[in-house]
Amino acid sequence: MTSLSNLADSDLTNNNPHPKDAAQSEVAPEGQGVHEVHGDFRLFGLATFLVADGMTFAGFFAAYLTFRAVNPLPEGSSYELELLLPTINTVILVVSSLTFHQAGKACRANQLAKARTWLMVTGGLGVAFLASQMVEYFSLPFGLTDNLFASTFYALTGFHGLHVTLGVICIAIVTLQTRSNGRITAKDHFGLEAAELYWHFVDGIWVVLYGILYLL
Amino acid sequence: MTLATPSELAQPLPGNLQPQGWLRYFSFSLDHKVIGIQYLVCGFIFYLIGGALAGVIRTELASPMADFVSRETYNEVLTLHGTVMIFLWIVPVVNGGFGNYLIPFYVGARDMAYPRLNAVAFWLIPPAGILLISSYFLAGAAAQSGWTAYPPLSLTTPAAGQVVWILSVLLLGGSSIFGGINFIATILKLRRPGLGLMQMPMYCWAMLGTSILVVLSTPVLAGTLIMLSFDIIAHTGFFNPALGGNVVVYQHLFWFYSHPAVYIMVLPAFGLVSEILPVHARKPLFGYVTMVYSIMAIVFLGLIVWAHHMFTSGTPPWMRLFFTIATSFIAVPTGIKFFNWLATLWGGKIALNSAMLFACAFIVNFVFGGITGVALAQVPFDIHVHDTYFVVGHFHYIVYGGTVFVVFASLYHWYPKFTGRLLNEDLGKLHFLLTFIGFNLCFAPQHWLGLNGMPRRVAEYDPSFTTLNQVSSVGALLMAISTVPLLINVVLTAFKGEIAGDNPWNALTPEWLTSSPPPVENWLGEAPLVTEPYGYGHTPDNEPSSSSVKQVA
Repeated sequence: MTSLSNLADSDLTNNNPHPKDAAQSEVAPEGQGVHEVHGDFRLFGLATFLVADGMTFAGFFAAYLTFRAVNPLPEGSSYELELLLPTINTVILVVSSLTFHQAGKACRANQLAKARTWLMVTGGLGVAFLASQMVEYFSLPFGLTDNLFASTFYALTGFHGLHVTLGVICIAIVTLQTRSNGRITAKDHFGLEAAELYWHFVDGIWVVLYGILYLL
Repeated sequence: MTLATPSELAQPLPGNLQPQGWLRYFSFSLDHKVIGIQYLVCGFIFYLIGGALAGVIRTELASPMADFVSRETYNEVLTLHGTVMIFLWIVPVVNGGFGNYLIPFYVGARDMAYPRLNAVAFWLIPPAGILLISSYFLAGAAAQSGWTAYPPLSLTTPAAGQVVWILSVLLLGGSSIFGGINFIATILKLRRPGLGLMQMPMYCWAMLGTSILVVLSTPVLAGTLIMLSFDIIAHTGFFNPALGGNVVVYQHLFWFYSHPAVYIMVLPAFGLVSEILPVHARKPLFGYVTMVYSIMAIVFLGLIVWAHHMFTSGTPPWMRLFFTIATSFIAVPTGIKFFNWLATLWGGKIALNSAMLFACAFIVNFVFGGITGVALAQVPFDIHVHDTYFVVGHFHYIVYGGTVFVVFASLYHWYPKFTGRLLNEDLGKLHFLLTFIGFNLCFAPQHWLGLNGMPRRVAEYDPSFTTLNQVSSVGALLMAISTVPLLINVVLTAFKGEIAGDNPWNALTPEWLTSSPPPVENWLGEAPLVTEPYGYGHTPDNEPSSSSVKQVA
C-alpha cells in the first residue's frame, strides 16, 4: 500500500500534474499566467469520500443495533441466520483484497500482464461474492417487509451489495485499461489505486457487517 | 456583430475562448469565482422564494383562524419554507458561495482542488431546487411534514410529495458532501508553500470545521432518508410503529445530521464575520489561536449533542443528563468567540459602514439566540417550551439574526471584489435599518408567544395570542420591504456604482491583493504569501504594513 502514502503527503513540490488540472488551467491575460504544478490529490479526495460513505454505513449499523436492543421481534421470527454461506463470502472478500493488492504491486513493478491476471481474479471473486449473496437471499425464510430485522438485513446487505457491484464494474474498467497502450501504466495508475482503495473499503465494511449482523 | 452559424456553435471553444462576461455564469465553468457567484445568485433567488413562503405564513398568522390559506396548504408552505431556506439558501450560500469565492484566495491557490467536482456540486442545486418547488404543484400532494419529516407524520401525509422532497434533499446533501470534500482538500493540500495552518485567515478554519461536519454527518441523513423512502414506497417498517418499527431511531439519526447542520449554517458565518470585523475596526483579530480551538471544539461538541432536540421523545434520564451537559458546554467556545469579537472591536478605529453595521448586529442577535439556546438545553425548561414558538424564535435568531445578517455584511464587504464597484452606502444603511428593526419585531415576540404556550406549525391559534402575532407579522412585512433597497442597490451599482479600485478597505487578506474583479487564475504573477492576515495597526496611518505581505519567488 505504498501508493496510499501520498494521502498523508503534504509536499506540494510533487511534479505530477494529472490531466484534470491541466484542463482546468486557462491562460491568463497577456500570457502572464503562471502554471504551477501541484500534487495529485485525487486519492485524498476519494479517501475523504469514503469516510462519508462509511458514515452512511455507520448510520445503518447504529439503526440496526438500536432496533435490536429496543424493538422485540414478533412471535416466530428470530435473529438467527445460517452461517456457512456468509462465512465463505467473508473469506472470498478478504482473499479478493489480497489479490487486488497483488495486482497493484505487479502494476507498480511494470508487470501489466500479471496485474491484469490478478485483477481478473479479483473481479471473479467479486462476482462469486455477489452470486453467493443471491443464493443466500433466495434461501432465506423471510422477505423485505416481513419484520423489522428482515427489513434491516436486506437494507444493510443490499446497500453493501450495491457497493460490491460498483466495485466489480470499476475492476472491469481498470482491467480493460491495463491493456497495452491503455490508460494504466507503471507510472500513471490512478484508476487502479482508486479502485483498490475503494475495494479495501468495501471489504472492511463487510467484515464489520458480518460481525454485527451474523455473529452478534 | 456577426451571427455564428449553427455549425460554428457546435464546435467546442478552445480554452482561452471559454464564455466570458455574463454568459459564463450560465455555463459549466470551472473557475471557483464564477461558481461562487453562481451559488450566491442562485441562493438569493431561492431566498426570495422562501421569503415569499414566509410571507404566506405570517399573513396567515395575522389572524387566529385559517382564513388566508387552508390548513393543508399552510403545512405545505411551512415545509417548503424550511427546506428551501435551509438547503437552498443558507447552506449553499455561506458554504458554496463565499467559500468557493474566498478559500482559494486565502490558501494562495488558483482554484479549488477539484474544479470539476466543484461545478458538479453547484449544478446539482438548481435541478434539486426546481424538483422541490415543483412538488408544491402536485395538487394536494406536496410534502406536509415540515423540514424534519418526522415519521409517522411523513408516512401518513401524501406520499408523492414526500418522496419528491426526499429525492431533492438527497441531491442537495450530495452537493453538500462534494463541496465539503473539495474544501477539506483545498485547505489541507492546496495551501501555497510557506503558508502554515495557523497563518490562514479565520474563514479557512471555519470552512475546514464546517466541511468536517458536512462529511461526517450529511451521509447519515442520506441513509436515514433512504430508509424513510423505503417505508413510504416498499412499506418496510423501519420507522413505522404499526409494523414494529421505531420512530425515535429516525429522530436520533435525523438530528445526528440536523444538529451539526446548525453549525454547518453558522460556523462559516463566524468565519466571515472574523474577516470583516478586523478590516473595518483596523485592528488585528483578537485571540486567533483561541478562535481556532473554539471552532474545533464546536465541531467536536456539535457532533455529540443531537438528542437535546428529543427531550420530550421518551429519552432516558442518563441521556438527558449527558446531552444537557454537552450542550451547555458549547456555550464555552461560542462565548470565547463572542468575547474575541468584542475585543477585536474594543479601541478600534471603527468605520460604521453597511458591512460593519450588519456584522455588529450579528453579534447582538447571535448572543440573544445563544442565550435562549443555553436555556433550551436545560431539560425542565425545554419540556415547557418544546414545539412552541419559543423554539421558532430561537432558531431564527441563530439562522437569520446570525447567518443571514453575516451574508448581508459579507455582500457589502466583498461586492467591490466581485464587481469592482462599491454598493451604495445610503441604500445599504436603509437596508440595514429595515432588516434589523423588522427582524427583531418579527422574532422577538415569538419568544413570549412560545412561553405562553402557542404551538408551532399550526395555522390556527388561541385569539389571546393575536396582538403579538400581528406585531410579528408587521416585522415580517418590514423584512420583506427591506429586500427592495438591497435589490435596487445590487442591480444598479453593478452598472453605475462608484468604482472601488482593487482594495477599497485597505484590507490585508490575499483576495484584496489582486485586481477587482480578479483575473481567471486569481493573480497575474505569483500568489502573494500573506502570513499575517490581520496585521493592522503596525503603522500610524493604518496602511497595510509592508512586512506582512511578501512576494516570494
